[in-house]
Amino acid sequence: METDVLLRIKDLHIGFRINESFYNAVDGVSLTLRKNEILAIVGESGCGKSTLATSIIGLFDRSNTRIQGEILFKNKNLATLTEDQLNDIRGLDISMIFQDPLSALNPLMRIGEQIEEGLIYHTKFSSHDRKRKVLELLKQVGIQNPNRVSRQFPHQLSGGMRQRVMIAIAISCKPKIIIADEPTTALDVTIQAQILDLLVEMQQETGAGIILITHDLGIVAEVANRVAVMYAGEIIEEAPVKELFLYPKHPYTRSLLHSIPQMNSYTNRLNAIEGMVPSLKYLPRLGCRFSSRIPWIRKEAHEKRPALHEISPGHFVRCTCWKEFHFNKVKGDGTYELYAN
Amino acid sequence: MWKTIVRRFLLMIPQLFVLSILIFILAKFMPGDPFTGLITPETDPSRIEELTEKAGLNDPWHIQYVRWIARAVQGDFGMSYTFKRDVASLIGERALNTFWLSFLSVILLYAIAIPLGILAGRYHNSRLDKTVIFYSFFTYAIPTFVLSLVFLYIFGYKLEWFPTSGSVDIKYEPGTLGYIWSKGYHIILPAITYAILGTTGVIQYLRSEIIDTKAMDFVRTARSKGIPTRKVYSKHIIRNSLLPIAAFLGFTITGLLGGSIFIETIFGYPGMGQLFVSSISSRDYSVITALVMLYGFLTLLGSLLSDIIMSIVDPRIRIE
Repeated sequence: METDVLLRIKDLHIGFRINESFYNAVDGVSLTLRKNEILAIVGESGCGKSTLATSIIGLFDRSNTRIQGEILFKNKNLATLTEDQLNDIRGLDISMIFQDPLSALNPLMRIGEQIEEGLIYHTKFSSHDRKRKVLELLKQVGIQNPNRVSRQFPHQLSGGMRQRVMIAIAISCKPKIIIADEPTTALDVTIQAQILDLLVEMQQETGAGIILITHDLGIVAEVANRVAVMYAGEIIEEAPVKELFLYPKHPYTRSLLHSIPQMNSYTNRLNAIEGMVPSLKYLPRLGCRFSSRIPWIRKEAHEKRPALHEISPGHFVRCTCWKEFHFNKVKGDGTYELYAN
Repeated sequence: MWKTIVRRFLLMIPQLFVLSILIFILAKFMPGDPFTGLITPETDPSRIEELTEKAGLNDPWHIQYVRWIARAVQGDFGMSYTFKRDVASLIGERALNTFWLSFLSVILLYAIAIPLGILAGRYHNSRLDKTVIFYSFFTYAIPTFVLSLVFLYIFGYKLEWFPTSGSVDIKYEPGTLGYIWSKGYHIILPAITYAILGTTGVIQYLRSEIIDTKAMDFVRTARSKGIPTRKVYSKHIIRNSLLPIAAFLGFTITGLLGGSIFIETIFGYPGMGQLFVSSISSRDYSVITALVMLYGFLTLLGSLLSDIIMSIVDPRIRIE
C-alpha cells in the first residue's frame, strides 16, 4: 500500500503576507496521491485550491509567502527545498498544466522551443534528438501538423491547440505527477471534453498520478478517482468519487451538488449557496468555517475544533454538523429552495 | 511589408507639406528679421531696406513660401543669413557633431540603464533596488544645467581631465588620427552628462516591466519546467520586458540628430541644438525652417522605424 504513494502532504499551511502579517490561504491540508490515480480537488474561487497546487513545486513568491508542514516526495520535503533543488524536480518528476493556455505560453517563443526547454535541462538528448522528441510529443497530444506547429507562435494557435501544447510540455519528461490547475476552464465546452480525454489518455500511458484542480463537478465525476473538497483553506470532505456523488455528507459538498442545474427539474431559480467565502483576512480561524453560510443549523451541531472523521473506509468529513444538516426550505414539488432572508 | 513601408513614406509627403506651411508662417510671424541684429548706429536705414528687398522678405508670405518650397524640394534650403553659408552644408556639419555626441550618449545611457533596470526589477524591494530608485530620482530631479555645470567645474576646470568647450582642438588637421581622437575626447564629458540625465526613464520603465513580467503566467510555466532561474530571466522575463524599450528605439535612433540645447550650450559644443537656438534668436529663417522640417521628417521616420523594429522583435505584430 505504502509503496505506491507518490506524494504525501501533511498538515500544510500556506500563508500570504498582507501588511506585515501572514494569513493562511491553505490551513492544515493533508493529502495523499497514489500511482495511476486522478485526485480531484474541488472548491469555489478563493478556497485555496490553486494556492495548494502551485505550492507543491514551490511556484510562489518567496518573499511574501510562508509555508509550513510537509510535502513529501521521494523522501524529500519539497516545502524546505531551495529554488535550485526544486528545479531538479519541476518538469522532470512533477509538472504542471495551467488554466489559460494563452497567457501560460511565452508570446515571443516558438512552440517547439517552449516544449524543448524542459528537455534541455532534464535529459541528455542531443539537439537533434530533442527536435525529434518535440515533434513526437506534438503528435502524441493529437496535433495534426507537428512540423508546422512547432515553428508557430502561441497566438497563431487555437485555445484547444495551446492547451495540447501545454500538455505536451507537461509530459515531455515523463513526470510521475502532473498537477492540472483548472486545465479546461478557459476552453470551449466541446474542446473541454477533448482535453480531458487527452489528459486521461496521457495518464494511462505514462502511469502518472494527476492532481486535478477544478470547480467543475461534471469534470470530477467524469475523470477523477478520488475527490477532496476544499472550503476556506481546509479540506472538508474527501472520498472516492462514486461515494462522494452518491453519499455526500458535508453541508458544503451537499450544497455544491445541490447547486448543479438539473435538466429534469422544474425550478426556475438556480440553487445557490448563501453568502460568500470570507476574505483571507477575515476568515474565522476557530470553529466550523462553513457555519456562517448555514445559519439555520444550531450552533451546538458544530464541533469546537472541527476535525476530519472517517465515517466509512476512505470517506472523511470535517465537523459534525453534517449529521443535522438539512436544506432550508422544501417546496411543494419536492425540490429545495435555499434560505432567503 | 515593403509595400507598407513605401506607402508610409508616400504618406509622409502630405504630412511634411502641411508642416512646411505651418513652420513657414510661424517663422514669419516672429517679430524682427535677419538684419535687425546687424544694425549699428552707423547703419543707414535705407541700406537695411535694400537688403530686405534684395532678400525678397518684403514679398507676401505665400510668394516667399512658393519660392522657398520650389528650391527646398530640390535639396536647396538657401543660404544662412547669419553664417553666410549654404544651409544644407551648415546643418550637415552640425548634424555630424550632434550625431557622434548623441550616439555615445545613447550607448552609455543603455549601458547604464538596462543593467540597473533589470537588477532593480529582479531584486525589487531589496537594498539594491532602493539604491537604484534613489539614483534615478536624484538624476531625474537635478536640472540639466546644474549637473552639466557641476561636471564641467569638477572634471573640466578643477581636475582638467576633459576639455571645457568645443568639438575638436584647432591644432589638428581634419582627417588625421589626432583629429579623430580629439573629437572623441571632446565628446566624453557632455555624453556622460547627457546619458546620466536620460537614464531615469529607461530604468523606471524597465524595472516596472520586469516586476510585472515576473508575475506573468508564462513565467510560472517556465519555472514549472525546472529551468534554471537565470534562464527564466534571460529567455522569458527580460526578453518580454525589453519590448516597450524596443518600441522607443526608432525614436531614439532618429532623435540622435536632435541634439540637446542645454548640453550643447553649456559645453560649447557646436551641434544641432545650439544651431537651432542661435538661428531662432537671429531670425535666420532659412535655417529655422530647414531644421524644423528635418525634425518633422525624423519624427515621422522614427515612428515608422519603431513599427518596423516592433514587427521584428514581437511575432504578434505584423505590418500589413
